[in-house]
Amino acid sequence: MSSEQDHLKETDTEARFEFKKEQKAAFKADKGLTEETIRLISEDKDEPEWMLQRRLRALKQFQKMPMPTDWPGQPDLSEVDVNEIVPYIRPDIETRGGAESWDDLPEDIKDTFDKLGIPEAERNALSGVGAQYESEIVYQNMQEQWQEKGVVFMDMDKAVQEHPDIVKEYFMTKCVPPSDNKFAALHGAIWSGGSFVYVPEDVTVEMPVQAYFRMNSEGMGQFEHTLIVAEKGSEVHYIEGCSAPKYSAFNLHSGGVEVFVGEDAHVQYSTVQNWSKNTYNLNTKRAIVEKGGRMEWISGSMGSKATMLYPASILKGRGASDNHITIAFAGEGQNIDTGAKVYHNAPETKSTIESKSISKDGGRTNYRGLVHIADGAANSSTSVECDALMFDNESTSDTMPYMEINESTVDVAHEATVGKIGDEDVFYLQSRGLDDDDAKQMIVSGFIEPITEELPIEYAVELNRLVELEMEGSLG
Amino acid sequence: MAVLEIKNLHAEVATEDGEKILRGVDLEVNSGEIHALMGPNGSGKSTTAKVIAGHPAYEVTEGEVLLHLDEDDFGADFEIPEDKRTWDLLDLEPNERAALGVFLGFQYPAEIEGVTMTNFLRTALNAKLEEREELFEDEDEAEDEEEDVGYDTSPMEGPVDEGEVGVAEFQQLLKEKMELLDMDEKFAQRYLNAGFSGGEKKQNEVLQAAILEPSIAVLDEIDSGLDIDRLQDVSKGINALRDEQGTGILQITHYQRILDYVEPDMVHIMLDGEVVMEGDASLAQELEAKGYDWVREEVYGTA
Repeated sequence: MSSEQDHLKETDTEARFEFKKEQKAAFKADKGLTEETIRLISEDKDEPEWMLQRRLRALKQFQKMPMPTDWPGQPDLSEVDVNEIVPYIRPDIETRGGAESWDDLPEDIKDTFDKLGIPEAERNALSGVGAQYESEIVYQNMQEQWQEKGVVFMDMDKAVQEHPDIVKEYFMTKCVPPSDNKFAALHGAIWSGGSFVYVPEDVTVEMPVQAYFRMNSEGMGQFEHTLIVAEKGSEVHYIEGCSAPKYSAFNLHSGGVEVFVGEDAHVQYSTVQNWSKNTYNLNTKRAIVEKGGRMEWISGSMGSKATMLYPASILKGRGASDNHITIAFAGEGQNIDTGAKVYHNAPETKSTIESKSISKDGGRTNYRGLVHIADGAANSSTSVECDALMFDNESTSDTMPYMEINESTVDVAHEATVGKIGDEDVFYLQSRGLDDDDAKQMIVSGFIEPITEELPIEYAVELNRLVELEMEGSLG
Repeated sequence: MAVLEIKNLHAEVATEDGEKILRGVDLEVNSGEIHALMGPNGSGKSTTAKVIAGHPAYEVTEGEVLLHLDEDDFGADFEIPEDKRTWDLLDLEPNERAALGVFLGFQYPAEIEGVTMTNFLRTALNAKLEEREELFEDEDEAEDEEEDVGYDTSPMEGPVDEGEVGVAEFQQLLKEKMELLDMDEKFAQRYLNAGFSGGEKKQNEVLQAAILEPSIAVLDEIDSGLDIDRLQDVSKGINALRDEQGTGILQITHYQRILDYVEPDMVHIMLDGEVVMEGDASLAQELEAKGYDWVREEVYGTA
């Protein structure tokens, strides 16, 4: 262990994930969501008029749309009252749009990220870090070599000011319009922070770009927007990790992610979601993939009270491809409703979906997926595999893999398994020296192994550790 | 020398109105000895094995399963204090029994997908060594340990604590043991028992015993489903456990065949949940010739 990490020795598991800082905010919008609030947010950010107008239009749509309540087995959203959430909080720091270096950050914020291991991670493997403390990006750094090649990685708010042409074209216009669903509309009205990534033609960003998001104030929502534009022939891997300390009032996270995968470009988007157990995590993530492009969605959903997340890929150009890898873990009181959506809108498109879910202590996981193959998308293929592992008779798992196939020359494969962890398997491992928890942990890590083996090493390690912590029941 | 002593063991299936299976088993196995446990189907052999290892499906209603250890049973560097030389296994979890050196070779080993042999065996070996430390620790020391929980490193980085036996050291150990058993080294990267043939699974049970170096190994029908070549490999492995590690073997079998390769010091015969007859290797031969009706007649005076 290096000396930089000595502080970690002193904190136990609980402290590492449940630490919370005294709240010091410079600006705090009044509770409730009105046109007034939206204007205030936009003004405080010095936004151009067009962005204000987009926010107001989204607010109207949000107010018109009903809450989704009729999906079979969906999480109960009746506790979600948007008026109760303080939608926008800016941490009390002098620099807007990110501090230039780690040392410029206030001590308590640094401490928070230290506990998450961000600076080590950056030093070791990452080419850029955007850490979102509450609603603003407070720290941004991109290694110089990428800047020289024209790669942009910055706070989304800053991108509105500095790259208005690109943002105006792509921001909630053709990929995720606010009309898509009620929470996309809410997001469009009150979004704040997030990341903007632009990779020019034929540039490969070899190391993953990472952002961490945290919620740290009681009763607040987090609505960050991520926009990734990967031009023709480019390649980038974006990692998003989320966690929130534990609070009594409920939290809402409703992020928006839009990815534009250019011709023959390759984008991988990985998420580790570890929100605290009172968070409603309702996101909209979507990619549009041009000819020969490739989109990969990797999601690990461990935390939250309820998650509804179905990353979507629209395979628009001939030969575009998609790969979804999803791991969900639901413990006591959790309903993790995840899945994947793929629209095959061109010939010779290909998608692969692998989903693994684990439920224990009465938790519920659902796989809810849709594969749509349009008329004319000849010679396309799709393969869907979803496996569920339950720890006990109290836990639930459902699989709802919808398929809409409107083309005859396609190759469709689907496989689903649901099983309970075997007592004989646990006893076998125990008889070799592993205790009950370690035995179950080993079985679970074996269960998700086909997925973790495809991940970058540091990501696989983090995911395994989070699963391990979940199983110890030590996370809030 | 370690001694496994089973005294008047009664056990039933752990359900309401569970069937009584063991009705007073007495049995003693010393390390360094090979014992055969024979008996007709349903006589309680496998149940005895599972109860020794702590299988939760059975409830012990009477009797004891004791493990007696000598000062130096865990090697010269590990002195076992006088007050911790006798353990009642029935008070311990299955993994604690394993830590004290009790091994069960399964008749039907579990298949664990996604967990490589190397990962599993190294984890098991380190868990065993760590648990053993804890069992022999003073209670004050144990409390100090408790405070040292949680992450040592960031979740973004690999585990720093490799356990007592590191990766490189373990790979060398595994390689040696696999050579000894004539196992293909590609086994090391296969998932634990997943897709193994019946014979490969049994060979793997012996390999695990060779790695974990138990004081007492109970092998439940290790010879069933083996062809003649594999039977010889497995037998060689069992003899090596005894000769090189001083493991005491309690071998449950239906057939004389394996006993031609693994010669027992003692043969015990079970009937209806009890050990009813004991003798040297010649007893197994006599049994092979005369069958269990002969045993019944000898014991109950009726066939």
